[in-house]
Amino acid sequence: MTNDIFVWVEQFENEAVGASWEAVGAARGLADEQGGEVIACLLGGEGVEVLVEEAFAYGADEVLLAADETLGDFRVEPYAALLAEAVGSHKPQDVLIAATFRGRELGPALAVRLETGCIADCTELAFEDGELMATRPIYAGKLMSKCMIPERRPRVFTTRVRAFAKPEPEAGRDGEVVELLPVMAEEQILTKVRGFEESEGGVSLADASIIVSGGRGVAGPEGYDPLQELADLLNAALGASRAAVDAGWIPYEHQVGQTGKTVSPDLYVACGISGAIQHLAGMRTSKVIVAINKDPEAPIFKMADYGVVADLFDVVPALKKALAERID
Amino acid sequence: MHIVVCTKYTPDSEAKMSVDEAGNVSWGDSPLIINPWDEYSVEEALLLRDEYGGRVTVISMGPEEALEALKHAVAMGADEAIRVWDDACAGSDTLATSYVLAKTVEAVGDVDLVMCGKSAIDAETWQTGVALATRLNMPSLMYTINIAELDLEEGKITVERLLEQGRQVVEASLPAVVGTTKGINEPRYTSFIGIRKAAQMEYPVWTLEDIGADPERVGASGSGVRWPVVFEPPVREGEAEIIEAETVEEKAEILAEKLLAEKVI
Repeated sequence: MTNDIFVWVEQFENEAVGASWEAVGAARGLADEQGGEVIACLLGGEGVEVLVEEAFAYGADEVLLAADETLGDFRVEPYAALLAEAVGSHKPQDVLIAATFRGRELGPALAVRLETGCIADCTELAFEDGELMATRPIYAGKLMSKCMIPERRPRVFTTRVRAFAKPEPEAGRDGEVVELLPVMAEEQILTKVRGFEESEGGVSLADASIIVSGGRGVAGPEGYDPLQELADLLNAALGASRAAVDAGWIPYEHQVGQTGKTVSPDLYVACGISGAIQHLAGMRTSKVIVAINKDPEAPIFKMADYGVVADLFDVVPALKKALAERID
Repeated sequence: MHIVVCTKYTPDSEAKMSVDEAGNVSWGDSPLIINPWDEYSVEEALLLRDEYGGRVTVISMGPEEALEALKHAVAMGADEAIRVWDDACAGSDTLATSYVLAKTVEAVGDVDLVMCGKSAIDAETWQTGVALATRLNMPSLMYTINIAELDLEEGKITVERLLEQGRQVVEASLPAVVGTTKGINEPRYTSFIGIRKAAQMEYPVWTLEDIGADPERVGASGSGVRWPVVFEPPVREGEAEIIEAETVEEKAEILAEKLLAEKVI
């Protein structure tokens, strides 16, 4: 067993997913503490090697590179099989994976193959009396849990997106690149990717640093137009409450809350959202919360940093104008 | 076609959660419900059964409270329900739970499709579905928002999976494990007749022996993860600073200045 840490570097069409660098940053801190190296695991199809340099820049000491047609699209079986084999021969202490949709599949699949524990969606990783403790939200953040993997190795953790700081890339850092071969042939893989429909533009909720969100107060699908305009100005993602999604005004992909996405942007602008407990649970870790609501009694004001008691259809365009004048 | 749906019970999503000094988690007087994500898998299983024929079996690993989830699924229209429990199962993490569920699915036998919610709203690990698929050596189709095609003769299923960048279209061989997400359907309300059927139904309890599971591989001894501490997160402080001004424009100007000063834009 080594004290090294594997980090899976997720990519989509040979572009790295930012949350992976957050995981590399988390691994860097732990590796320095336990005296090991950070080993980035980069899997993909043709051309994936373009990301090697970035992996070193963000803090990897070594890169395991597997470029093969069978790994072009993410599929959990060949990815987990290859990583399990790499873990078996290298014996790292830990494996870190960003808790994206794909990462949340890869972590447990790898853990089962290795008969070890996987702690999902960690927001903090720190040694306490020699034991690596992982803090994670449960019940959509209404409670927190401290978990550990005392006996089995490697410990597998998925890191919640935006919970760990993305390191500053350091150009010119370098290290060893070890090439790996896939362990599953195409005919052994039970899933075939037949296509991908990219969602129409827009910033994804999970990694947005600003979210403009609308609830019952937007009053209909067209009510999102002014919110979208503000979002466009700020390069923000568009969010929604369950009430708005259930009313059919906006697709489910935008829902924030316990039965939607849990988010923690730098800025969350809640427009016409009263603040049901299940919504608050999904956005309470936002750095700054602004609430815009006609009802001064709305529970959202109890959690917000700034509040404007007025009609969102007046405030949102005015805020867009005021910000546009100040930011370019 | 035989579909097995895995489900669990959770406190209601509106529940106010708390922890007492001994570390016991409470959901106050909120009801226990079927995990909301699982309702989509039960609904989808019933729709598929009605289209292709066959039956739907729901399973749940858990103490007596797990009956809440099973009863709800039966009230919706599931044909059979099995609870799996043994005191040795207490303290199981997803590694152990997926083992028990895999053994149960194998014991039920003759399965074309296994379904589950993409996660549960309590511990929110998002792990059990894919862990189960890995154990069963079946394709894992998590975050499914649409079953585009099901070909029982060819033994194939095609689904759309909701990922960050969009929808991935995946074809897989059967049997497969499908994890459902919101948007795939509109779960039905339970009817009076359904609720009465669920109340009269027998719910067999299978033990580890019944499913041929090794007691060492369940509960704490079969788990990798321990969770010794549960706590309430610090509350966000105070009330919002309400922006006061004569006109909306002025309020917007003040707010814009504040946000720039916060350096979040």
